[in-house]
Amino acid sequence: MMDYDKLLSKEAVKMKPSGIRKFFDIAQSVEGVISLGVGEPDFKTPWSVRQSAISALEKGRTTYTANAGLIELRREISAYLKRLIHMDYDPDSEIIVTVGGSEAIDLSIRAIVNPGDEVLIVEPCFVCYAPLVSLMGGKTVIIETKAEDEFRLTAQALKEKITDKTKLLIMPFPNNPTGAIMRREDLEPIAEVLRDTDIFVASDEIYAELTYSGKHCSIAELEGMRERTVVINGFSKTFAMTGWRLGFMAGPEEIMRHVYKLHQYQIMSSPSISQYAAVTALRSCFGDVAKMRDEYNMRRRFLVDSFNKLGLDCFTPLGAFYVFPCIKSTGLSSNEFCERLVQEKKVAVVPGDAFGRCGEGYIRVSYAYSINHLKEAVKRIGEFISDLKEAENEKQIAHN
Amino acid sequence: MDSLIKLLKTNARLSNAELAVMLDKTEEQIAEEISRLECSGIIKGYSAIIDEAAIDSSAVFALIELKVTPQSQSGFDEIAEEISSYEQVESVRLMSGGYDILVSVTGNNIRDISQFVSQRLAAIDAVQSTTTHFVLKNYKENGIIINNDQTDERGMISP
Repeated sequence: MMDYDKLLSKEAVKMKPSGIRKFFDIAQSVEGVISLGVGEPDFKTPWSVRQSAISALEKGRTTYTANAGLIELRREISAYLKRLIHMDYDPDSEIIVTVGGSEAIDLSIRAIVNPGDEVLIVEPCFVCYAPLVSLMGGKTVIIETKAEDEFRLTAQALKEKITDKTKLLIMPFPNNPTGAIMRREDLEPIAEVLRDTDIFVASDEIYAELTYSGKHCSIAELEGMRERTVVINGFSKTFAMTGWRLGFMAGPEEIMRHVYKLHQYQIMSSPSISQYAAVTALRSCFGDVAKMRDEYNMRRRFLVDSFNKLGLDCFTPLGAFYVFPCIKSTGLSSNEFCERLVQEKKVAVVPGDAFGRCGEGYIRVSYAYSINHLKEAVKRIGEFISDLKEAENEKQIAHN
Repeated sequence: MDSLIKLLKTNARLSNAELAVMLDKTEEQIAEEISRLECSGIIKGYSAIIDEAAIDSSAVFALIELKVTPQSQSGFDEIAEEISSYEQVESVRLMSGGYDILVSVTGNNIRDISQFVSQRLAAIDAVQSTTTHFVLKNYKENGIIINNDQTDERGMISP
């Protein structure tokens, strides 16, 4: 018999499965569940993008591309970053087209972290940062954000966690799962703390286009930050292209030169068909992006209002497509709440603590669903809350 | 208020309170705007989109192309208005291209519609010819897909 325990890499074995996975299995086992649990757009990829992919296929554009990605796509990305965050990145040496934002996150961590280095992770956040840091032998240092700060990172919280071993800060804004954003005035004090240090920033801005108040601002834009930041973005959320697996990262040449080697050996090049399609997305689909954003925005207002009316305090998120209401008033833990909600009312939402310990007491609700779907789900959650209250009242009466 | 019209077009049953929240207005503003749209005739009415085949499989729906001689004073208007006055007519449109007026009609059966075409429409002096197309199956109506069996292919939960 093969001794798999001996065979496997210790880090692979040690890695915990995502907390979301466990809840996925529970939700999957109940019949007739309606979900508010997904982290991807409900819209279809704009037709012109799909058409470009078809045309690329017809022309047989199915070979490897340049390692860093098609040069015309990198040029479009460069022009786009200029528009979005007012930054110049050289398409020849400072931009790499990756397999989703996920690869860009992985590359950033691999390129920077040595064993023993401390990496600051702002929680609640997307689930992959900490496991990837551990894989590199890095030590994750969690910075918890709070509802009273609207889940923004504060300079104070950052300062408290910096040591002489701190190497990298991962900035996840607009944030999944909270929907929090960092405005320029919130970023400025963070940049102020970082400017005198050797701490590097990986800024995961995959939801940048889904910002509902003012324009998205990147920490890379602030004075002195370009040289210490890689910007991570992609096509998944902006253009509803999750399945195309296409993202990109941009940063100073001194870093990207080494990231390039990692990408080259890991991936070779991102999918060619997706890249041809992405050129069309960046050239002609911002009308579609605006329409999707308007639609998300209406749903966002609807959900925030609905949860507050149900007595589940919900701060107003200004980015991504999630709301993050507080369920502490029910007396249930996030896990109990979500498990009972799916069993009793057949609605699937994700427990907040799947995104970090400080997410306990919250649930993540996605609004990447039609308004009619959201209305039905809210109705059921309302029934669930009334049932809980009724049960509580009966208990009190019995007690008296 | 384009976004209000767009919302009402896709779902006219959203309450004023819901519309107000979604559009970041007050309920009063929404009520006022809707009554303005109604009074000025921009909103003509509200109706349910029905899958007729699901209630009564014998109902018949037809599109009829008419070639019409325009009248010296009123052009096509008078004839189009006359046709519009029939109860069984659902829509009347003046068209560019190979014919002039497109009429949609519902009936209980094919004979109903045949009689309507031959006795009513063809009988109008200015109507030179009619071409009747019976609808075999309805896939989409007013922007709504009728047999929407498309399931959400996304997983139930994803990070």
